Amino acid sequence: MKKILALLSFVLLFIACSEDKDDNILPGPTNANISFTFSHDWDGTTINSTNLQTEIVTNEHGEKMSMARIRYLISRLELVNENGDAYLFDGYKFTDLQDESTYNFTPVNNNIPTGNYSLKFIWGFNETDNIDGAYLDLNSASWNWPAMLGGGYHFLQFDGQYNVDTTAPSPFNFHNGTARVSDGVFEQNFAEINLSTPITITNNATIEVKMNFAEFFKNPNTWDLNVLDTPLMPNYDAQKMMQENVVSVFSIGNITQ
Amino acid sequence: MKFNFTYLLLFGFVFFSACEKDDEDNGYVNRPTPAPLEIPQIFSDNILDPVIPIDNPQTVEGIALGKKLFFDPLLSSNNTQSCAHCHLPQNAFSDIPRFSIGVDGVPGNRNSMPLFNLAWNYDENFFWDGRVFSLEHQALEPVINPVEMHNTWEVVIQRLQQHPEYPNMFTSAFGNGPITKEKATKAIAQFERTLISANSKFDRYLLGLTNLTPEEENGLNVFMDEERGDCFHCHGNPNNPLWTDNAFHNNGLDATFSDLGLGEVTGDPADNGKFRSPSLRNLAFTAPYMHDGRFFTLDDVINHYSEGLQDSPTIDPLMKKVNEGGVQLSDQDKADLKAFLLSLSDPSFINNPDFQNQ
Ligand code: HEC
Ligand code: HEC
Repeated sequence: MKKILALLSFVLLFIACSEDKDDNILPGPTNANISFTFSHDWDGTTINSTNLQTEIVTNEHGEKMSMARIRYLISRLELVNENGDAYLFDGYKFTDLQDESTYNFTPVNNNIPTGNYSLKFIWGFNETDNIDGAYLDLNSASWNWPAMLGGGYHFLQFDGQYNVDTTAPSPFNFHNGTARVSDGVFEQNFAEINLSTPITITNNATIEVKMNFAEFFKNPNTWDLNVLDTPLMPNYDAQKMMQENVVSVFSIGNITQ
Repeated sequence: MKFNFTYLLLFGFVFFSACEKDDEDNGYVNRPTPAPLEIPQIFSDNILDPVIPIDNPQTVEGIALGKKLFFDPLLSSNNTQSCAHCHLPQNAFSDIPRFSIGVDGVPGNRNSMPLFNLAWNYDENFFWDGRVFSLEHQALEPVINPVEMHNTWEVVIQRLQQHPEYPNMFTSAFGNGPITKEKATKAIAQFERTLISANSKFDRYLLGLTNLTPEEENGLNVFMDEERGDCFHCHGNPNNPLWTDNAFHNNGLDATFSDLGLGEVTGDPADNGKFRSPSLRNLAFTAPYMHDGRFFTLDDVINHYSEGLQDSPTIDPLMKKVNEGGVQLSDQDKADLKAFLLSLSDPSFINNPDFQNQ
């Protein structure tokens, strides 16, 4: 009997102390809380809610363009240390450039050991997460991707006008999400973003993630809006080019701690 | 900021029970009976909880008072016009004329707006141009608007105080103390929040209770197809059954603006000609359409998006092929789009006995 009790309490203790993969909550002086702040620019010109609708920018292909609306989604932010230990933060980040309160992301589960890390995350949702209609806040923001194109959610909505220096400006709708191969056949279209810049965490820290929108039109595919302006959602090749171009959009900025 | 209604409710309970003994302090003889909104499944399954201000919980007595006020011409200067004069239940709480006529016989410059699912306007920007924050503040405005009820709140309060029923109703809803315009508008807002429409044919289709016709189904595809209607970026989708984004856009009605809309409110020229997207629910009852009621039929509206777009510096980029006037829908697609739009109308809403003046 005593043996069983001892065993039982040992098991209980063990369960209670086993580390939750998601939590990583072991408070102590060697641990830190992490939050993220996203800043946005066009080749060095800061873009925020004040100048989004007024700034005229030039894309790599040479068209002058204006921006009306930029919203995007990223998910599964993860810090990976030198030993390969990964600390995954729950939740996803939906940003609306018009609303600066959405620029910051403070994960609910937090507190990681101090040390050296690099950051990775998913552009949009991966296949597991991209479930049609599953997220009430994103539905309320009308962020859905049409069922006829595979459903789930937009990753990016970037709307504006190009050739704004001419007498005939035209609209573009640079929207990214699941790619439709053919009727009823769809291909996932998220991107894994790996930022190799080392991040040294010595204390509670805010990590700045920078986003250069010009890269969407630059690298590796130089985007010609005269050919690809709208509609792009049902255009498989356009969707795949966006998936390639997003990889160079992000970089690590300041670490404040 | 989104907030969680369940926590609010929980907090409310704790708060209420903690205060149970202080009846006299709050001036209540009998505490009003909580009447939380019944959230339709089609909403709770898909979208965030409604916005209920923490200082104006829904109560049986508050809603009853708000309803009486809403239908009472006493609010207007010459006792002839109630809110319902321009917001009729049979028109989904909109009205028929292009411009509503105020008590002095003077028309305004905007089409009356239908009233439903107002608690799901998460940003709480009301009117076509979003100039008023919150329903409570909105209700202050029509009473004093010179082209609407053209009254003063002082006169309204006097009339309410001298009325045989109102003083007791205010006490039951808000406790002792004087009748104020804040209490009156809180009550009206409570009533307005009960105006929920979530039982259209399309709602029942989403719940698996009925089928769409082939025409309605194609119409939905036109609505969702970026190559055809592309309506869903502004007007909701099957996962957002509000059928509006409640955001501000210039949908290409005019090349120059006599009414600046949001631009008048923010002072920012980049906002000129922008108005709040209306919900596409209950279009069968809410003609004419647009902020100035310029279109009398849904065909006119669809033709506008298909080939009638007017370019201007603030036109929304989602208005495609504006140089050709629009996306040029085929006659079949137009007819089917209309059939789909009409499947979003909810006859049980306009016939709901709780919403009639009785
Ligand atoms: C003379 C006609 C008239 C009367 C009377 C009137 N309204 Fe209105 N109502 C309108 C018009 C027109 C609009 C749109 C005005 C605008 O956007 O500038 C409107 C808009 C509204 C809105 C905004 C809805 C939304 O989604 O933004 C609410 C709420 C409302 N009215 C409630 C009331 C209440 C409550 C009363 C009575 C106290 C009232 N109205 C009296 C004509 C009227
Ligand atoms: C860019 C956003 C946007 C898109 C896309 C859009 N609309 Fe609208 N819609 C609006 C706005 C904003 C208004 C109100 C405009 C005004 O009154 O000035 C409106 C008004 C309407 C109205 C009038 C409703 C009422 O109660 O007065 C209908 C009907 C409508 N739209 C249907 C459609 C259809 C059908 C499509 C697709 C073919 C569509 N809309 C695409 C933004 C949009």
